[in-house]
Amino acid sequence: MSVETMSIFSPELSARFDELVTRYPMKRSALIPMLLYAQDEVGYLSDAVIDEIARRIGITPLDVRNVATYYSMLRFKPAGKFNVQVCTNISCMLRGGYKIFDRFQERLGIGHKGVTADGLFSLEEVECIGACCWAPAIQVNYDFHDELTEEQVDAILEQYRSQNAGGR
Amino acid sequence: MADVTFIVDGKTLTAPAGTLLIDACRKAGIEIPAFCYYPGLSLQAACRMCVVRQEKVPKLQTACTTPVADGQVFITESPEIAQARKATLQLLLGNHPLDCPVCDAGGECELQDMTFKYGAGESLYVEAKQHREEQKWSPAVYFDRPRCILCYRCVRMCGEGMDVWALGIQNRGVTAVIAPNGGDHLDCEQCGMCIDVCPVGALTSGTYRYKSRPWEMKHVSTVCTHCADGCKVTLGVRRANDGMEIVRADNRDKSGINGDFLCAKGRFGFDFVESAERLTQPLVRNSAGVLEPTTWEKAIRHVAKRFQEILSARGAGSMGVIGSTRTTNEENYLLQKFARTVLKTQHIDHERTADYATFHGLLVGSTGRAASLKEIAAAPAILLLGGNPTEEHPLLAWSLRSDVRLNHARLYVANTQAIRLERQAAQSVRLSDGGYEKLVRGLSGDEAALAGLPGAAAFRDALAGEESLVVICGAEFRGAALAAPMRWGLSRPQVKFALLSDGVNARGAADMGLYPDLMPGYQLLAGDRPIHTEYAGMPTTSGKDYAAMMEAAGSGGLDGLLVVGADPFAALGVAEGALKDTFLVVQDCFLTRTAAQADVVLPTASLYEKTGTVTNSYGDVQMVRKAADKAGVKPDFEILVRLAGAMGVDVRMLVPFGDAQGARADMGQTRGAQAGEADRHAVWLAANGLEPKLSPFDPLAILDEVERLVPEYKLDRLNLFAGNESTTEPGAGFVSVESLLQRKDGVVATHPGLFDSGLLSERTSALQEIRRHQEKLAVAAD
Repeated sequence: MSVETMSIFSPELSARFDELVTRYPMKRSALIPMLLYAQDEVGYLSDAVIDEIARRIGITPLDVRNVATYYSMLRFKPAGKFNVQVCTNISCMLRGGYKIFDRFQERLGIGHKGVTADGLFSLEEVECIGACCWAPAIQVNYDFHDELTEEQVDAILEQYRSQNAGGR
Repeated sequence: MADVTFIVDGKTLTAPAGTLLIDACRKAGIEIPAFCYYPGLSLQAACRMCVVRQEKVPKLQTACTTPVADGQVFITESPEIAQARKATLQLLLGNHPLDCPVCDAGGECELQDMTFKYGAGESLYVEAKQHREEQKWSPAVYFDRPRCILCYRCVRMCGEGMDVWALGIQNRGVTAVIAPNGGDHLDCEQCGMCIDVCPVGALTSGTYRYKSRPWEMKHVSTVCTHCADGCKVTLGVRRANDGMEIVRADNRDKSGINGDFLCAKGRFGFDFVESAERLTQPLVRNSAGVLEPTTWEKAIRHVAKRFQEILSARGAGSMGVIGSTRTTNEENYLLQKFARTVLKTQHIDHERTADYATFHGLLVGSTGRAASLKEIAAAPAILLLGGNPTEEHPLLAWSLRSDVRLNHARLYVANTQAIRLERQAAQSVRLSDGGYEKLVRGLSGDEAALAGLPGAAAFRDALAGEESLVVICGAEFRGAALAAPMRWGLSRPQVKFALLSDGVNARGAADMGLYPDLMPGYQLLAGDRPIHTEYAGMPTTSGKDYAAMMEAAGSGGLDGLLVVGADPFAALGVAEGALKDTFLVVQDCFLTRTAAQADVVLPTASLYEKTGTVTNSYGDVQMVRKAADKAGVKPDFEILVRLAGAMGVDVRMLVPFGDAQGARADMGQTRGAQAGEADRHAVWLAANGLEPKLSPFDPLAILDEVERLVPEYKLDRLNLFAGNESTTEPGAGFVSVESLLQRKDGVVATHPGLFDSGLLSERTSALQEIRRHQEKLAVAAD
């Protein structure tokens, strides 16, 4: 049975959280995975998300924010439906990561941490995503696109636009 | 733990194994600088200022996280270390605004001191400094972000020390910032501890900011006037048009029973002394029935004349006296002596906030059964029955939290309501109304009494296993209800007791015999003790208590009533005009409801404007020193002496000042640059009972008499005058508990809040503003 009777999360996620907090000697050890899963479901860490997670763990919302603000992958505003994360760390940078990033900025008309007006795309410059062997690489939500050239940017965007139009 | 020996800067030091190097060094007089390290809080190792060189270790080590062990060799000062510290300072100063000339902390800033010492005078940074506007987090706390050096002291103090957890740290690296729990404001106890521990001027106080410079103030160490815990407080005072004004309150030297601690009332609650409502002229009701300002001489003469008339016309017992829990021991003692020997009456009482008479009656014949606050703070186990320390006794709550955190003490809480200290409790039981009686019966072995009380059996077993215990009872325990747990405790060895009260000198008022049936030290009215010889001629039948006096006065049964620092009209809901046939004299700081009804109102000095001693809930006697000064007001002590003088009484009989030969003393005025010597000598003289008592208005002149006639006031004078507490020792007794249990205890429980101390807090604008801030937040949360 869920501890939270008025959860803002789906029943599945709620059940998952119920189990998660029992896994560690201290409940707050479950904080970071909870934040990530909550962000995946809700899209960002809203005040309501933070409050419920704080309640579930028995810490203050301020405590949750203290941890959450430390991590650049956690966000407090909604991202686009497709969050484009362009790596510009050393390998990607040497192989043209900034050119890729610039092309995305130009095509989407937004900058770092920006969201397009239609809410479809958001753009982020991120630290290493662990794809150095195939640099330059980007990550859109949880999908990787690697060994990119500037020319491929349009195709990638088109792919997601049609995916959206297809209702997927 | 076993001692270990190690070498610091060529000196061989010894300390218990596991001691942190920084503590061991500081104890040995070797200074190691640190911003983030704060004794009593968890380790942070964030500032890198305490780095030292340890032999055979490749890198500099932080002294605040290095436990000492046998054979270690350390260097704490060398060019290498100085360079490391200087580099740290350069980083800290990178974005620091260096606005020291206007910063509150300027002159007492740890960053300033370190920069002065290590001289990071030139910066390698050429970039523009990042600036952020200062933020008002609450009426009490302001935040200046660029000044912050991210030592985390405030975060840890608020969380670990206060158990409030209202401050956090957000973001990371160069964007890291201290954040309040309300986003842009603080929703907390507003204690200001974060301001106190801030080593720089990042957190500043709403009452002090931009008001003064530390070196412009004179710092006077005295006792907070707001609650019965009696925290030491250092008042920063400055010359003002009508005397000396208070501009700041803190516990500057972190000494005394409260150490670091002060709550919102102690830290921000002092502007009542400057209140526009403050009375500064005596008022006498004129023939038109209006209170009219007059001179002290006329007012005193008028009161003395009327008192004499009543005495000669109506004789003994025709007048009543009501005292206060906010006046000093000396004043309370003098008040009852004045009543008993000059006014010839036993109608004496005060606003009782706890049943200390029964408390003392129960301790008769025992020794070492009363717990001082320091004993509570170090006790291995504490049973808290009732009360709500977090709201009503902030220092006690702090001491209990610290005891649990630092000494692993076990706290047992039994209460009828939810209280915050349950969070620190090893075990707690929630009782229904009247449940205390059952619980105590259960503790005494009555198994059936515990039936239906969840957790009570385990609670009892855990208490039974405690070798020593301090039992703290809330003020709601009185009469038989107080006797039950105390008798249970007295039946066991090593159990000590404390009884909570309200009013800075509530315990003192009781100790000093502001009772219609008890003399100072809870001695009976009749007897052959020294006090009876010295008070020869006083009436020996018990007088009327507080409520009875007001009732008698209302029905014309009392011809005169002297009310000192109390407000019976408000406390008992007496109707206006009820005392029109009684000659009513009120001594108070403000025109209270009672004062408004008086025939004469005498404006008095507050506790911050006089000298004397006060006794807190736990029997700790502390010295009160005159800090502020207000033209026009007089201490109650002086008023009483003047009244007696004007009534033709030999004041030497009332206040034994000077000595038989007529004391002579060089007060140091003639010695120019050496003038301070007299002050230094004064401590020794005072400690040996030799302080030059040249004035009948010197309250300390009567302290000798208190010590002589009140058995439990055997004070350690050197400690007392040096600013420490000296604890009373109840146990000498003259009155049977049974007789006390049969009388009406007369206690009117008051439940002051975090920002509330009644009369004074209502007239403290800073506290009212804080209270409104918190109320607004509470409404928003609903």
